[in-house]
Amino acid sequence: MVAIKIEGLSKQYRLGRKQKSYRTLRDSAVDAFTRSFQAIRSIGKRTNGGEQIPSIWALRDISAEIREGEVVGLIGRNGAGKSTLLKILSRITDPTEGHAEICGRIGSLLEVGTGFHPELTGRENVFLNGAILGMAKKEIERKFDEIVAFAEVERFVDTPVKHYSSGMYLRLAFAVAAHLEPEILLVDEVLAVGDASFQQKCLGKMGEVAETGRTVLFVSHNMGAVTGLCNRAIWIDNGSVMADGPVDDVTQQYLRSFSSGSFSHVNEAFEFQVTSVVIRDGRGEPSFQFSPGDDLVVEVGFRADKPIKDPYIWIIVDSVRGPCFAANTLLDGSAPQMLEGEGRFVCRFKSIPLLPQSYTIRMGISALGGKPLMKQQEVASFSVVGDLSEYGFKGEYQTRAARSVPVMIPYEWVLSDGSVVSMDLRFKQGMVS
Amino acid sequence: MEAVKERPVLIIEPTRGWVSLRLKELWEYHELLYFLIWRDIKVRYKQTVLGAAWAIIQPFMTMIVFSLFFGKLAKVPSDNIPYPIFSYAALVPWTFFANGLSLSTNSLVSSAHLIKKIYFPRLAIPIATVLSGVVDFLLAFAVLIVMIFFYGLVPTLNVVWLPLFLLLALTTCLGVSLWLTSLNVQYRDVRYIVPFIVQFWMFATPIAYPSSLLDEPWRTFYGVNPMVGVVEGFRWALLGTDTAPGPVIMVSAIASVLILIGGLYYFRRMEKTFADLV
Repeated sequence: MVAIKIEGLSKQYRLGRKQKSYRTLRDSAVDAFTRSFQAIRSIGKRTNGGEQIPSIWALRDISAEIREGEVVGLIGRNGAGKSTLLKILSRITDPTEGHAEICGRIGSLLEVGTGFHPELTGRENVFLNGAILGMAKKEIERKFDEIVAFAEVERFVDTPVKHYSSGMYLRLAFAVAAHLEPEILLVDEVLAVGDASFQQKCLGKMGEVAETGRTVLFVSHNMGAVTGLCNRAIWIDNGSVMADGPVDDVTQQYLRSFSSGSFSHVNEAFEFQVTSVVIRDGRGEPSFQFSPGDDLVVEVGFRADKPIKDPYIWIIVDSVRGPCFAANTLLDGSAPQMLEGEGRFVCRFKSIPLLPQSYTIRMGISALGGKPLMKQQEVASFSVVGDLSEYGFKGEYQTRAARSVPVMIPYEWVLSDGSVVSMDLRFKQGMVS
Repeated sequence: MEAVKERPVLIIEPTRGWVSLRLKELWEYHELLYFLIWRDIKVRYKQTVLGAAWAIIQPFMTMIVFSLFFGKLAKVPSDNIPYPIFSYAALVPWTFFANGLSLSTNSLVSSAHLIKKIYFPRLAIPIATVLSGVVDFLLAFAVLIVMIFFYGLVPTLNVVWLPLFLLLALTTCLGVSLWLTSLNVQYRDVRYIVPFIVQFWMFATPIAYPSSLLDEPWRTFYGVNPMVGVVEGFRWALLGTDTAPGPVIMVSAIASVLILIGGLYYFRRMEKTFADLV
């Protein structure tokens, strides 16, 4: 059964609405003076008769069908139109063209803590926020203790939330949303806020929701989260669907688009640009699949029109469960001392101690003094595949490595009889001499 | 909402022109309306020293000023009722109307964070703002009752009609607010105009003076300003003046309902642009 059916959905925005989102009567008075008739019409219609208003299509002819129980990731760059699509499906804004049908009770979560009022207590905000999200009062009363326990704010439930720490505030806000029980859930980048443990908690809860057979449409920049939660992904760029299919295929396509030269992050103030990010295997071949213990090479192309001295560069490898390891020039104090002209630098992670799971790479570059040259962002993803039994793992659950802690350094058991069993992801059993 | 068990099918497509009011949907969200009202009441006097006393101070101080200047100095007639209570009985519903108008004009813009992030019938916002003013009204009204006894007046049986006059004030306030708040989303000038509107409207309403200064048929025609019906209705019901005959009230009621219906349709028509413009 189809839960969401989208047919040719388009949304047009008037250009320049960022700078000036509303008109003043004076503008209209001037209009009225020059084109009296059209300006009067504009009070009712907002668009002036024949005048050409520069506009952009935030979405152009989007079509998709999402079946009941599917968990779909919506990926794409900032400004690609993902959030606009969610806004239209949540009825916040009208489409300009097209048609969508939604079958089932819908809940949308474009932000956690919508409508939270700083002067109200935690308890009061739970009720207010719950009502805003569409929960009935009885439903909130029934789940209240559960929500407060999930947020871990029991002791402060009668304190105004303006006295909460930002972590507590977020936990409470997410807790309310997490207890929403719609048949279809639309989630925007809510996981982009908060610390790692908060994000962990959110992801865990999202996973639970997905497992109960509910339909979820999930926007995220965290490819790890998308591949971990979703079975299908839709990649939107420039308001159109670029790819739609199994999550691994689509996320790989999406991330490949970064390294195929189309990836560029420009910082105009510093005349600096990251032109490409390519990940390669130990032999130098571009790759998205690695075995445990392989080398991982991150190659970053850049163009610096003005020389940049002592940049601070960091590259982080994330799993679905959080950061695994990183290379950080503030710690090691080495790496390029000067970025100048066109060039590239390479970071080679040796013998990655990672279990077969999906990973993403985040990086950021700052100038001396902390001004960001490239805001920290996701630049690539890869997966580690392999059969652990080849590494000497023979435990009952070795096939479930995907759910384990992803980083595994060499270790050994010294048993009571004095015998030693060592485990090491770097060496396949056959190769150990 | 929870009663709906078989899958509701929601159709999303561009809306054009005049659309239906969807009051049934508004009713489905009555719990949200309740929480919004409750929030407005709770938050209104937070971090104020005098708190809810402001609900009384405002009309009461105006009454004192009016009594001094209009009552004592200008000797404005007051239908043979002591001037202070004559003006206060009008100021109580007027303050409800004026505050409701000012707050709700800005209500959509100040709820931008909600409008951009979640769907619900947008009508709930101005309606909640106007309704939350009823609490202030009741506080000021309690003082009015005390004053009535203080001046030794005995309310007539006409008091039973009082809720109707409050309802009339409410529909008028909501009707005008719906126009102004939707206009305010598009033209932020509106919020600067509202204080003038309130000021002019106050002098266009028989608060400091009685409508008996006008002769028929002008007095009936005066009811086109719905607040005339409200104010004279309050005096008639509580103080026993004879300046609120049926015709004035009928005219006011019709005017008020027309403003409200127009406001509702205008609001609904503009509603689809709110999230993009607010």
